[in-house]
Amino acid sequence: MFEQDVAVYDSRRPVAPHDHTRPTTERDWVKRTLIGIAFVFMLAVIVLPLILVFVEAFRKGADTYFASFTDPQSIAAIRLTLIVAAISVPLNLVFGICAAWSIAKFEFPGKAFLITLIDLPFSVSPVVSGMVYVLLFGAQSALYPFLKANNIEIIFAVPGIVLATIFVTFPFVARELVPLMQDQGNGDEEAALSLGANGWQVFWRVTLPNIKWGLLYGVLLCNARAMGEFGAVSVVSGHIRGKTTTMPLDIEILYNEYNFAAAFAVASLLAMLALVTLLVKTILEFRYGDELAGTRKH
Amino acid sequence: MKPNVIPGYGLTFGYALVYLSLIVLIPIIGLFLKAAQVPLEDIVRIATSPRTVNALRISFGSSLIAAVVNVVFGLIVAWVLVRYKFPFRRLLDAVVDLPFALPTAVAGIALSTLYAPKGWIGGMFSANGWLNKWIAAQDWLPFGLNALQMPSWKIAYTPTGIVIALVFIGLPFVVRTVQPVLEEFEAELEEAAATLGANRWQTIRRVILPRLMPAILTGFALAFARAVGEYGSVIFIAGNLPNISEIAPVLIVIKLEEFDQAGAAVIAGIMLVIAFAMLLVINLIQAWARRRFGDV
Repeated sequence: MFEQDVAVYDSRRPVAPHDHTRPTTERDWVKRTLIGIAFVFMLAVIVLPLILVFVEAFRKGADTYFASFTDPQSIAAIRLTLIVAAISVPLNLVFGICAAWSIAKFEFPGKAFLITLIDLPFSVSPVVSGMVYVLLFGAQSALYPFLKANNIEIIFAVPGIVLATIFVTFPFVARELVPLMQDQGNGDEEAALSLGANGWQVFWRVTLPNIKWGLLYGVLLCNARAMGEFGAVSVVSGHIRGKTTTMPLDIEILYNEYNFAAAFAVASLLAMLALVTLLVKTILEFRYGDELAGTRKH
Repeated sequence: MKPNVIPGYGLTFGYALVYLSLIVLIPIIGLFLKAAQVPLEDIVRIATSPRTVNALRISFGSSLIAAVVNVVFGLIVAWVLVRYKFPFRRLLDAVVDLPFALPTAVAGIALSTLYAPKGWIGGMFSANGWLNKWIAAQDWLPFGLNALQMPSWKIAYTPTGIVIALVFIGLPFVVRTVQPVLEEFEAELEEAAATLGANRWQTIRRVILPRLMPAILTGFALAFARAVGEYGSVIFIAGNLPNISEIAPVLIVIKLEEFDQAGAAVIAGIMLVIAFAMLLVINLIQAWARRRFGDV
């Protein structure tokens, strides 16, 4: 009866797990509370918005959903989005490889500054990213009379959208490849050169196989952003329906016209793209984690 | 330059530099030249006009609040993901990156619908929302409990909505900077603290949190910097009322649509300068952390 009031350590009596807390972990109720908070927070901020996109898209039935994609303006938007991504992603891919090759394989002064400059588009507001091209090529710019005289349309036309997209997706491939190639060093390439390979052979047969997963990772993120960019493209596009509207701009127009079913239908395509991107990204990190650059930071 | 047998330096460096200049440097320099052409009194007038000041205040203020929220909850999410085993842990981990992958316009219309007075979450805090209607319908409850109503709290189309959108886009920055540091945290330090008589809370507060501080600050700065410039996810949920829920990027777009390029350039210039300062601060934090803790 009275023993219960005095805590006496008895080595013969097994200690129940729940009244014995290891000094390097938290009590069970703390754990459960924290896990609960994490789930509720993620649900409210991230998961529910994603689910809502699909629920709203199918709210008026599958027929309405699929009918949204036969609308000529939405078809034009999907086509334009694909064209813009097909131009801007390869250009940034080539740049990323060149930048990574020169930064990782060679020593030169001002390298850290160059890396900072490459990261610059990430710290600029998307609106400002689009606006710099409006200032450069727009109707009030110094270049405009020349462009006008030669019938070159950039702002409120496809070239401006492509430029703005290239700007905002500029760092993705480079910042993935630079640390990766720096980690790998020059040993493999030097061995290949000493065996008589020329520069192109070294790149195609040695470097590219070494960096392929990192490259894919960078391209994946670059593409997701290229297809989904809104702010920068919005500023240069002029919102000419069927001509200069990409999918995100089409979503905005449909939403502002209270055509919610169609807006969420187009949005569901981009949400699926995001899910596929995440899935491939998770698989890449899981299977080829050590062939990707260091820790994942954005 | 060190002797180097690897070929292609001239080609790759030259191409990278030309491409960088054409796409990024020249346009940004152009922006500053444009802002510099604006007479000083006009710059001051634009920068100190109430609408600009309010837009900058709303932008930086809501970004600050959102970044603080992200630090608190991002820390919990990162902690839970690293330290505990529970069902759907991998799924939760993968979902953290969704704001990186989901286009901002999609996030914007989804958040706006979700937090609108008729939405799933907005409807929990609205006088005519689904939750209050549901409570009122439960007439089996004793003591007239079904007369109780949730407090009315408008989220979408108010400054609160801006914060929600900014929390969405900033969360992965905090989680993904804190997570790797937490994963590599030496268990010996915690054990040492415990053997010296610290209780769990003391260990967390005095041993673990200080070690996480550089990562937390970096995550905070990244989330804040991203939030300040954010446009797509905010415009749908904000309501965009001048002086109340109008963020600086929206004001820039409005100025551009009014062909007031000088006004747009001045506000953009102010935002760019602050963004550069943020970048500098991030780099300083990381340099300081490297000196203090080795590699971070």
